[in-house]
Amino acid sequence: MNDPMIPAPFRVKRTRKELEDTFTLELAPIRNSRPFHFSAGQFNMLYVHGVGEVPISISGDPGDPSVLVHTTRSVGTVTDAMWKLKQGDTIGIRGPFGTSWPVVEAEGSDVVIVTGGIGLAPLRPAIYHIITNRKRYGNVVILYGARTPEDILYRREIERWRSRLDIDVEVTVDRATGHWAGNVGVVTKLVSRGGFDPSQTVAMVCGPEIMMRYCVQALNDQGVANDRIYVSMERNMKCAVGFCGHCQFGQAFVCKDGPVFRFDAIERDFYVREL
Amino acid sequence: MTPTPEYRKTRVVIDAAQLDVLIANLRAQGYEVIGPTVADGAIVYAPLSGAGELPAGVTDVQGPGSYRLEKNGTALFAHVVGPHAWKRYLYPPEQLLFRSVRQGRNLRINEELELKRYAFLGVRPCDIAAIRIHDKVFADGEYADPGYSARRQAAFIVAVNCTRPAATCFCASMNTGPRARDGFDLALTEFSDRGAPEFLVEVGSARGSQTLAKLKHRPAGEDDLKRADALLAAAARSMSRSMPSGIADAIEDHLEDAYWDKIAGRCINCANCTMVCPTCFCTTVEDVTDLSGDIAERWRKWDSCFNIDFSYIHGGSVRREASSRFRQWMRHKLDTWHDQFATSGCVGCGRCITWCPVGIDITEEARTLTKG
Repeated sequence: MNDPMIPAPFRVKRTRKELEDTFTLELAPIRNSRPFHFSAGQFNMLYVHGVGEVPISISGDPGDPSVLVHTTRSVGTVTDAMWKLKQGDTIGIRGPFGTSWPVVEAEGSDVVIVTGGIGLAPLRPAIYHIITNRKRYGNVVILYGARTPEDILYRREIERWRSRLDIDVEVTVDRATGHWAGNVGVVTKLVSRGGFDPSQTVAMVCGPEIMMRYCVQALNDQGVANDRIYVSMERNMKCAVGFCGHCQFGQAFVCKDGPVFRFDAIERDFYVREL
Repeated sequence: MTPTPEYRKTRVVIDAAQLDVLIANLRAQGYEVIGPTVADGAIVYAPLSGAGELPAGVTDVQGPGSYRLEKNGTALFAHVVGPHAWKRYLYPPEQLLFRSVRQGRNLRINEELELKRYAFLGVRPCDIAAIRIHDKVFADGEYADPGYSARRQAAFIVAVNCTRPAATCFCASMNTGPRARDGFDLALTEFSDRGAPEFLVEVGSARGSQTLAKLKHRPAGEDDLKRADALLAAAARSMSRSMPSGIADAIEDHLEDAYWDKIAGRCINCANCTMVCPTCFCTTVEDVTDLSGDIAERWRKWDSCFNIDFSYIHGGSVRREASSRFRQWMRHKLDTWHDQFATSGCVGCGRCITWCPVGIDITEEARTLTKG
């Protein structure tokens, strides 16, 4: 029997500083040369020798299983230690775990992606998938918000997406600095710009709960029903396989019933304080 | 449908001396025998080398926030459940998950599985129900815990039906006792009201049947069966506590209610209820290294939803208020457990009532919610 609590060693192939507090690791398996398959929205448990283990969503291209990509913020002991890893170091990986973005269900529909800050990292695999299979979707709208222009994650990539004529990409910042010539304000405001058919739209939302709450409201205001809205939830996780109990959110284990939920399935609990 | 195996029809009677033979037999088969014994003023589950270590003539007097042992009679199982549950052996409080050895820039990660063959003597029907709930959590789902699964599969279970429930027991209302219907290798019902204890034995498995064959026994007569039925029916009737029906819906109807603040004013967040609960399964992990930092270990340890760190994510804990943590415990145990595992998370053992330092009674709290 395979023990789901035992990590497999992966080699750090590249590290990249994304922002002041955000970095990306590119990893490859050591023991088996099997490619790492995952679905957009899933996450791994990353173990740093002697320090600890944290859940991090996968932010690479699901169509390229030769490299495993994780973008994360350095916000605690484990992620701090992770940032100190160098090319050639070893890290432990368990996964992939959890549910994924509805990129297959969304085929034939318009797609609206609304995200803020580091929330773009778990959604990037879905964006890659949609761009690779662009013909299968209707209008594609990507709305991204950051605190300042300096906090825009994957900026060059966003600029590349924005230069395409078959995707509608809008970026906003809370506070403009430098030569910022774009939108200022919260990302939820961009939803009212439209550019999608609400009755034929699948929305994917990732960010802090308070941001997702207002996004859902803005999408509802546009006429997008809750059974067409998907959100990615975050809770404390120690095991990722339903043993440790930490990630419970009402009846759901975020690790295996989530992290991606169709909003109508969790709507009631979502609005209960401190659940 | 598969026919009922012949051994399921076995009904025999053994005397107390045969328990010693049973323990010796199980030990000879390579089992470590774990059973009730007195330690530190409580009945705990510990390794037994003979029936002499069983709590003969000891009875437990339990109430909300109160537990005392008294001498009374000669019965070996006149007690019910104490602070220990069998999860201590099937899913230990501290368990080494793996050892990671750093060699240069490489890591060698080795699984550390300690596999023991346990025989549990004196498993109460409520605790059999609890073990079956853990099977759903750790063995029957999408992922399986190999340590739990192996220990569970090997475990030999000698159930003891409850002829004398404690004042805190409410298994009858949870349909988990006081008689075990299945889930055991052997099940005993103690007769202690007429001199030296005797036991009616029922058989639940082929290996139970083989083990029983080595004990001196006489076939049970109609009067033995009636005697057991009467004792267990009386035990069920004597339970003063019960879980009200409709509690899951009542909790859903009161998710945001002043009730939680009120109960949080009494709860001291000590986590005792979750430690003694036979179904609570939450754990955390701890990483330790040797002085060189080259050898690291990852340990799994029991945790509790009453700890404020339990729900910590970047930015702070989700459940900061004691009321939110109490709600999480009670909602999970009596409500969302049904959604997750198609059963209540409560088996009616009453441990959380007894071991709560402030005597919070889950049946009373449930009644308050169903009435409100």
